[in-house]
Amino acid sequence: MSPLQRYSIAYLTIARKEILRFSRIWVQTIVPPVIMVALYFIIFGNLIGARIGRMDGMAYIDFIMPGLIMMAVITNSYSNVVSSFFSAKFSHHIEEMLVSPIPNLVILLGFLTGGIARGLSVGLAVTLASLFFTSFRVDNPIMVVGVAFLTALLFSLAGLINGIFAKSFDDVSIVPTFVLTPLIYLGGIFYSIQLLPPFWQNISLGNPILYMINSFRYGFLGVTDIDITTALIIIMIFTIALFSIALSLLNRGIGIRQ
Amino acid sequence: MYALEINQLTKTYRNGFVALKGIDLKVQRGDFFALLGPNGAGKSTCIGIITSLINKTSGSVRVFGHDLDRELIDAKRKIGVVPQEFNFNIFEPVQEIIANQGGYYGVPASQARKQTEVYLRELGLWDKRHLQARELSGGMKRRLMIARALVHQPELLILDEPTAGVDIELRRSMWKFMRRINEQGTTIILTTHYLEEAEQMCKNIAIIDQGNIIENTSMKALLSTLDTETFILYLREELLHLPTISAEFAIRQVDEHTLEVDVPKQLTLNQVILQLHQQNLQIDSMRNKVNRLEELFVSMVDKKEQAA
Ligand SMILES: Nc1ncnc2c1ncn2[C@@H]1O[C@H](COP(=O)(O)OP(=O)(O)O)[C@@H](O)[C@H]1O
Ligand SMILES: [Mg+2]
Repeated sequence: MSPLQRYSIAYLTIARKEILRFSRIWVQTIVPPVIMVALYFIIFGNLIGARIGRMDGMAYIDFIMPGLIMMAVITNSYSNVVSSFFSAKFSHHIEEMLVSPIPNLVILLGFLTGGIARGLSVGLAVTLASLFFTSFRVDNPIMVVGVAFLTALLFSLAGLINGIFAKSFDDVSIVPTFVLTPLIYLGGIFYSIQLLPPFWQNISLGNPILYMINSFRYGFLGVTDIDITTALIIIMIFTIALFSIALSLLNRGIGIRQ
Repeated sequence: MYALEINQLTKTYRNGFVALKGIDLKVQRGDFFALLGPNGAGKSTCIGIITSLINKTSGSVRVFGHDLDRELIDAKRKIGVVPQEFNFNIFEPVQEIIANQGGYYGVPASQARKQTEVYLRELGLWDKRHLQARELSGGMKRRLMIARALVHQPELLILDEPTAGVDIELRRSMWKFMRRINEQGTTIILTTHYLEEAEQMCKNIAIIDQGNIIENTSMKALLSTLDTETFILYLREELLHLPTISAEFAIRQVDEHTLEVDVPKQLTLNQVILQLHQQNLQIDSMRNKVNRLEELFVSMVDKKEQAA
């Protein structure tokens, strides 16, 4: 058997295991984000949204919908990989992969597949749930799927890097709480950055999540606060950078080999 | 070509501790090899490096001719490892742990399933295949790791203290199993601090202490360097005083019914028994003192320290 065949078997094994890990416990992994987003829709969309009026020329509930889906994709892909990788490290079963004859790239792709699968499954579930609250058209389906995929990939990578450096379960929750959540909330889910004073608009442009939410919203609704090409390039650059960092950390054995 | 060839291997941990001080080791293909040493000697460090879980500081390791620095993947394919500490996902079902490991080694799913069944049956775990690993006893967990190490049919099986914490009966059956695997052509390296295990199972042996290999030879040659053998004699009647016996033998009283006697290699036990018989002492039973290697080990470490 050729190395490529062996590596694909290994990849499929890891990917399958990672997908089973969250889908077996779907009540804990898929249902909670759906409930949370439903609450956002009810409270911000219907109750408060009705008083806010229009944002960027559309009903408030429609404006926040893409961002809420994106939020679910981001947090779920991130937390899937960080918790899976860290617990594999913590209970040492990552050694099962480390002793095996597979390049680190295969291990990396396996974990990423789990994170992307979780992010996209939750994203889809949340999208379907939002149909109970509003109806929408999809302006550019390829953009929607493409941006969702890239975002899931990017945050799976970020989760993996967090998992590599984490030394305790506290380290697993620090980044999501103190970095990810603020960036998501300040990334233009609930408001158009046009509403901000110029200074804060410029600060917001340093937030990568802004570009994802806007590209995603553009895919759905055809409106955006920022230039879409720039947004896509920025997402790509972040993805490539994090991918190289993650792979080089694995190759150097940081956090996993003594 | 050697199954394992280690040259001038050193390991300094991040905290500055030097766990291996330049060891050389050669293990023949088909060998049953013991790496023997007290706790903290560096056995697990050595195995960690061979299985690439620990980065070496310097030196080289070859597995069936494949250098870890240049042909890591080829080297890894030859090895199956049973680590000292449990390192599986305790929430995963037994048969998935093993089949997945097969997958990591590139064994196609159908074949991995077959191999999983073969080894789970051989190791008496087939009935437990659907249980989560945490539901197994300690001895079963150890056997689970043995099955996992074999699923891709490695040419070199490395076991780090495989029988630590395993009861006598199970230990015997594991020895039998390993002997059979070895007879079928798998090279086996085991670390242990049970000296009896090394003595009974292994053809060749290296003794490691404080990061140095202090002896590397065949088990036979090693045991033959023992110039005396110690026997324990159980007497029918209570001993009133230590029996007198010719000076070539050293005799000690252990308790009122037990004697210990050192018999030099060139003499026989007959003479001891004869002399005791002449003093009207009835010997009920007798056994060989088992920790011969231990004595040897202690004396070797002592010599080494005196030399230093
Ligand atoms: N990660 C580590 N950092 C520092 N020292 C270590 C580490 N792991 C092991 N050691 C030390 O290295 C020595 C050898 O350990 P080990 O190889 O586990 O011994 P053995 O398996 O022979 O009992 C011990 O003194 C141990 O404390
Ligand atoms: Mg050890």
